[in-house]
Amino acid sequence: MELLQLTALELGKKIKAGEVTVREAVEAALKRAEEAEPVINSYVTLDEKDALFQADEIQKKIDAGELTGPLAGVPVAVKDNMCIKGQLTTCSSKILSNFKPTYTAEAVENLKKAGMVILGKTNMDEFAMGSTTETSWYGPTKNPHNTNHVPGGSSGGSCAAVAAGECFAALGSDTGGSIRQPSSYCGVVGMKPTYGTVSRYGLIAYGSSLDQIGSVAKDVSDCAALLEAVASHDRKDSTSIVREDLNFTEALVNNVKGLRIGIPGDYLGDGLDPEVKEAVLNAAEVLKSQGASVELFDLGLVKYAIPAYYTIAAAEASSNLERFDGVKYGYRTAEYEGLHNMYKKTRSEGFGAEVKRRIMLGSFVLSSGYYDAYYLKALRTKALIKKAFDAAFEKYDIILGPVAPTTAPELGSSLSDPMKMYLGDIYTISVNLAGLPGMSVPVGKDSRGLPIGMQLIGDAFAEKTLIRAAYTYECATEKKYETMAADTGKEAC
Amino acid sequence: MAKQYETVIGLEVHIELATKTKIFCGCSTEFGSAPNTHTCPVCTGMPGSLPVLNKQVVEYAMALGLAANCKITQVCKFDRKNYFYPDNPQNYQISQLYLPIARDGYVEIDTPSGAKKVRIHEMHMEEDAGKLVHDEWDDTSLVDYNRSGVPLVEIVSEPDMRSADEVIAYLEKLRMIAQYLGVSDCKLQEGSMRADVNLSVREAGTDTFGTRTEMKNLNSFKAIAHAIEGERARQIELLEEGKEVIQETRRWDDNKEHSYAMRSKEDAQDYRYFPEPDLVPIVISDEWIEKIRAGLPELRTEKMERYKREFDIPQYDAELITESKHVADIFEEAARLCGKPKKVANWIMGEMFRLMKDRGMEPEDLTFSPEYLAKLIDLADAGTVSASVARKVFEQIFTDDVDPEKYVEENGLKTVNDEKAIREAIENVLADNPQAVADYKGGKEKAFGALMGQSMRALKGKADAGTVRKMLMEIL
Amino acid sequence: MANKISDETIEYVGILAKLELSDEEKEAAKEDMEKMLDYIDTLNELDTSGIEPMSHVFPVNNVFRDDVVTNGDGREETLANAPQRKEDTFEVPKTIG
Repeated sequence: MELLQLTALELGKKIKAGEVTVREAVEAALKRAEEAEPVINSYVTLDEKDALFQADEIQKKIDAGELTGPLAGVPVAVKDNMCIKGQLTTCSSKILSNFKPTYTAEAVENLKKAGMVILGKTNMDEFAMGSTTETSWYGPTKNPHNTNHVPGGSSGGSCAAVAAGECFAALGSDTGGSIRQPSSYCGVVGMKPTYGTVSRYGLIAYGSSLDQIGSVAKDVSDCAALLEAVASHDRKDSTSIVREDLNFTEALVNNVKGLRIGIPGDYLGDGLDPEVKEAVLNAAEVLKSQGASVELFDLGLVKYAIPAYYTIAAAEASSNLERFDGVKYGYRTAEYEGLHNMYKKTRSEGFGAEVKRRIMLGSFVLSSGYYDAYYLKALRTKALIKKAFDAAFEKYDIILGPVAPTTAPELGSSLSDPMKMYLGDIYTISVNLAGLPGMSVPVGKDSRGLPIGMQLIGDAFAEKTLIRAAYTYECATEKKYETMAADTGKEAC
Repeated sequence: MAKQYETVIGLEVHIELATKTKIFCGCSTEFGSAPNTHTCPVCTGMPGSLPVLNKQVVEYAMALGLAANCKITQVCKFDRKNYFYPDNPQNYQISQLYLPIARDGYVEIDTPSGAKKVRIHEMHMEEDAGKLVHDEWDDTSLVDYNRSGVPLVEIVSEPDMRSADEVIAYLEKLRMIAQYLGVSDCKLQEGSMRADVNLSVREAGTDTFGTRTEMKNLNSFKAIAHAIEGERARQIELLEEGKEVIQETRRWDDNKEHSYAMRSKEDAQDYRYFPEPDLVPIVISDEWIEKIRAGLPELRTEKMERYKREFDIPQYDAELITESKHVADIFEEAARLCGKPKKVANWIMGEMFRLMKDRGMEPEDLTFSPEYLAKLIDLADAGTVSASVARKVFEQIFTDDVDPEKYVEENGLKTVNDEKAIREAIENVLADNPQAVADYKGGKEKAFGALMGQSMRALKGKADAGTVRKMLMEIL
Repeated sequence: MANKISDETIEYVGILAKLELSDEEKEAAKEDMEKMLDYIDTLNELDTSGIEPMSHVFPVNNVFRDDVVTNGDGREETLANAPQRKEDTFEVPKTIG
């Protein structure tokens, strides 16, 4: 079990030093997964044979000095909306339950270049639509800290897998908070970088203008290192941005002196759980004690982010998911009469309720006569939200607040009222609308022992500022809150 | 008195661009390959794939826009057009609605009543769909995505045309422009030029437009003309019966020469356009526009004038030769190489057009090297080959692109200039045909022709007929 | 509850989205959509006059590829996941006639 307590970078170092073999690391993670999976259900696909094969191949390259990166040999998990050639890639949907891509996502290619072992594909809300990982066709993932609770979503599988020690780090994707919120619920560190930092090529789209791949890890250093490994300019993704500053680990500096932190007063109002509020404000105090300045300010427009987001995301999703039609890949209904009946039956049987809900909404807001009133209005609101952030970053280097209004809800308590679930995204969503980097850092636990995360939001391309603040916080608190839930699954077994 | 009706026609013309690769991926656009060979994750709508725009498409579209006197949209974007159909792999087509590449232009067409401007509303870039083949036995359709993602420019005219003749003149004009620019070969039979026709009728003299219908699936000039006549008649009949024309899309069936409404509950024409989030805007600077403008090749009128000036060929020749850019290119290169433009023009308008007509070929089907035509003219001029041999050699050049020098050499077709050899051949013929000689000498002029023919045949046509005639007379 | 979604609208959106909902699902969809639209209507409180709709968040423009063939025969991979393949094509229910 000791091996599983290592961070990804610590493990990488030991592998490099020859103290641990890649196979040992993979076997430890697989063994842990074997214990935990019946309860946690972090993975949709876990290919032991392939993982061990990769382990041996990578070991050879490490021994030959061909792989020298800090994460070489480290087992990693990948959210099941990123394509891997020849490996089942389902988006946790019935409609893709038999889909094996013929190419590999650029972000995953980058993991391979870094010499990481891909253990498997993690569970998620179907097509990343949801905040609990309960909408998966493969059943819900459970929170390793308390299996009666959800892990959050949509990257719930990735965050739970890291928290439960079923891998050393993971990739997630974040369209409206899908990395940060489950990271907060699972007590791990998660980062969504600036839009365009990690290639979306091979990421099965939900809301193309909002989707971004990011890293989920045990601590800030791992989170920065994994992001550094996957970020790249990719000519296959037109929205990929050329950046010279992808060496994120250089920002692992224990110093926030002079850093200006603003806390939006509108993030602390009604609906915010008092325990969450207290933990987040305490964390701000810690940073203040380390030399940062902290003040409250009014960000504005917060309540308009959700309606604008759901309009844009649903519209894009309704179009992105049109390709799932039973013609080229994926599920096709067994019996049908004619083309349109085949389409309708395939899609109605293949998609779950939440996906259908958003497709219907998205199709409606784009339909003739409504486009201006709904879609363009949302795009104008998005422009205003971006402006509000621009104004805030004139005054502050970082915006600090909660990730979510509460800690992880109980299983089954969210889906009955989608509106309530959507409201849970209130602090994360505007970051996607404005394309900004955002990070979740564990800062405490509530009285039930459920983790609480603080969110750090930076200006575009200011990931390093976030990493520096998060690292300083981590050093000051001696990683007190980044405790793994490594034994939960075992106990439950 | 019967009412007079006027037909009002606007066109949406799709032109397939002659790029090497598709609009959003590196797949070849080559026509006629085995099904689904030119495909990749992008042009088959695989989950997670993303489009990246082919720069050449933008430049070709700009060239078309400028050649048709349009304004180039300097911040231009792509939009998604959403509709389900199996030839459309993503079930949305990446097209342009809100900010198309070019707007507000016109082209001039010739009509019996003089030149007329047909205004162009806009041009937009978009991707082509795949091909559906219908399997009669299994009641299924088969999808081939080779054409999926081939770049198209759609040219939308204003409703400025009034007859099928004007429509054809407009299409020919567009085809000529596209071919001259080298942006498309516009082969209707391969579908690289297609038109949708928007047509309404109104009583002559009124200003308001009638209700229009849109006809799709028109891929030959003949089909377009038929469809226009048919639809005009159908609409007039409806109006005469006091019925209303319904605004709808109709499909023209060229075999049945009849259009039928594409009415289906499942085809709600609500395309839910919105800006394509996977592509970034195209920002076109003044410099870029000027660069494209400067690179525009000369169009037909300018070329005609230049040919008359530079090559001193008559108006009639210049008109015929420039009707196709491809033919003009052949003319120009051959004329430059041999320095005898009028002779090149004569070969083109004579033998070449005759062979094309015999074989039912289009100018685009010509594959011979202009260099060989130039060489042939030189050979004929130098008297190396006779006129009749030259025609035979040209047919070889036309068919198999042979080098005339080599061909003449290898087949021993050089003109016989050796007087001794000619004399010998004639004397042999005379010796073999004493009766004909006697007939001629007895006053039968006709016999001379027979002897002349025999002599030429004996020389395999390689001698100059004048020389042979002269010598034959002499000997006789 | 300002927004009212009719049966016809749900039917129509179902046609656009190619989704076939059961009667129960239709009722739920109506209610969901009414609620969401009421919520989205709160955007009308914002004065957005003179604000350009922002489709792309960063001013990245002119991303192109060169017109060079980079892909070879993709047939097998393209067809690898076909639910119904006939020779080298995708087979679908007949689209016309």
